[in-house]
Amino acid sequence: MSTEAATQHPGLSVRHRLAERGVDSQLLLLLPAVVFVIGLFVYPFLYGLGLSFQPAKGGGAFADYQRFFSDSFQRDTIWKTLRLSVPAALFNVLASVPIAYRMRGKFRGKRLITTLLVIPITLGTVLTAEGLLNFLGPAGWFNRTLMSIGLVDHPVRLINNYWGVFFSLVITGFPFAFLLILSYISGIDPSLERAAATLGADWRARFQRITLPLLAPGLATTFCLTFVLAFSVFPSAILVGDPTGATRVISIAAYQAAYEQYDYPFASAIAMVMGAVELLVIAVVLLWRSRFYVGSTGGKG
Amino acid sequence: MTEKTEFEQLRLDGVGRRFGGQDALQDLDLTIRAGEFIALLGPSGCGKSTALNCLAGLLPLTAGSIWQDSKRIDTLPPERRGFGMVFQNYALFPHMTVRSNIAFGLQMRRLPKADVTRRTEEAIRLVQLEEHAGKLPGQLSGGQQQRVAIARAVVLEPSLVLMDEPLSNLDAKLRLEMRTEIRRLHQSLGLTTVYVTHDQEEALSMADRLVVLRKGRVQQIGTPEELHTKPTNWHVADFMGFRNLLTVKVQEAGGRQVVVEGPGIRLAATAMAQVSSGERVVAGVRPEDLVVQPAAAANGGGNVIRAMVEVVEYQGRELAVEARTPEGHRLHLRTPERVTAGEAISVSVAPERLLVFPLGDEAPPAGVPVLGDGASSSVGAPVLSRAGGEAP
Repeated sequence: MSTEAATQHPGLSVRHRLAERGVDSQLLLLLPAVVFVIGLFVYPFLYGLGLSFQPAKGGGAFADYQRFFSDSFQRDTIWKTLRLSVPAALFNVLASVPIAYRMRGKFRGKRLITTLLVIPITLGTVLTAEGLLNFLGPAGWFNRTLMSIGLVDHPVRLINNYWGVFFSLVITGFPFAFLLILSYISGIDPSLERAAATLGADWRARFQRITLPLLAPGLATTFCLTFVLAFSVFPSAILVGDPTGATRVISIAAYQAAYEQYDYPFASAIAMVMGAVELLVIAVVLLWRSRFYVGSTGGKG
Repeated sequence: MTEKTEFEQLRLDGVGRRFGGQDALQDLDLTIRAGEFIALLGPSGCGKSTALNCLAGLLPLTAGSIWQDSKRIDTLPPERRGFGMVFQNYALFPHMTVRSNIAFGLQMRRLPKADVTRRTEEAIRLVQLEEHAGKLPGQLSGGQQQRVAIARAVVLEPSLVLMDEPLSNLDAKLRLEMRTEIRRLHQSLGLTTVYVTHDQEEALSMADRLVVLRKGRVQQIGTPEELHTKPTNWHVADFMGFRNLLTVKVQEAGGRQVVVEGPGIRLAATAMAQVSSGERVVAGVRPEDLVVQPAAAANGGGNVIRAMVEVVEYQGRELAVEARTPEGHRLHLRTPERVTAGEAISVSVAPERLLVFPLGDEAPPAGVPVLGDGASSSVGAPVLSRAGGEAP
């Protein structure tokens, strides 16, 4: 029958066969996105990759990479950035879980609480940094309160060091992690927990055996996203951090190479290293995630 | 966690549940004896699932109490009641194999590993899922998932099994098979069961006793036969397959035998409650109790309604027929006679099959022409002058 149709209407048949494979005029709708991705991501990325192999000072394609890894001042930025971003991402994910778990059902005021928790996402890094300077600074409310109740004699140093950046990453990253995890948790069919309860599981067992395993893939994804956000930390590392010491993160190194030394190839090489480290961490997390069940969780979320 | 809790009887005492000022369930009094199969029956929103969740402990009560013999249990959380539950959507743990799903409850009771394995394998055999024990629920068909859900609930040998419309997601053929399966399990394991359904046929065929609920209130509790033959009010009758409900007026009241009258009809009937002459009542009869008379006998005999056949559905040995009286009453009947659409027929009904119920405070059954309101009813029946006294 199909061969008959093919011989009679060859043009029609080709179009049908293409349409069955998803090739039809609706594909054109993807065009803007493709142009966008190529123009704003693929081309700059490949350009930067190419640039990183053309060191300004010569010495072979990998000279800038060698320079980065042989200089401990540069190399240590990887460790410093990881030391900030991994704990911050972990904290954001782990702190979101109990709150999202508690808020998974419907209750009055849920929208208000969600809004309050999510507001920091709208503030932006700079405003957050200003707030942290005022609040946690040596003369800020926090230290004044601690001193007035006699808990400490000298102001606790919480800004312009590791902790300032850490707090900033938590403030901007937590709402993001929380929203994602809330939607993952809401996507788990509530009757699963009820079923577990009728089978004799107390809340601890229900969480450990049912909710957590079903949530784990979502936690991994959320960790990856918050980690990437935290790894590229830049403004707060300068504003509330110690940009020459403890919080000289890798993006600062790239910035200095590009805009203080005008060495674009070296900056590109640093950016490539940055990307590779991110991919490495994500690969490890996704490998862990693949050990879990990742199918339907039965809910409506 | 809980020991196997056998009981003599489970008593629900005035159980009620409110949701934001709305009573979903009110004054439910019910005593369940060990080994009984009870069906909670009613249309959606009648409170039957609420009742089940209250029993399971998944919903706290807002009124009343639940007693297991002399022990009050409505204050216990679900995990300490030791009841098994089968959910409408099965609620199988999607990340666990069939085997782990079934073993879950046994593990929660901290039984020795050997016991867990033995009883799990027994339960898998019981529901004939040996070949599928290592699969995830997502890889099973609806009927197989259903069997896993049942096995998971009964493997604990619970003192009470609660089932929330467990067959509603299955196709018609599988539903019949599972119905027998559940009944067989009930008989072989002697499990006390409370079964929620909106399907009267399912409830009648499976249960020892039925509880008919409507708008959160119990309408009737009784054996299938009691409900089938003696519904206490027209709501229950409606639910029990009395598809023909007519609002009529009592002409002659005299104990059980009454004569009712409506536009164009006058019939002898049986009163199910005290009714008095002139009272507006609801008369109900099942489709299968309306008998199509041979054309020759059309004028003979009493208790006859004349009607015109409108729709005929072929149903094997019988036809399901929708007919309409000249006054616009719509009648549903089943008949082995080969009638055709447009044919005029006479339909007789035995007085003991035509049951008369007081109208109560409620609005009369939907879609039924009301005496005197004929013009406003959907069927457009002519307003009859005889009904003028009732007209507004």
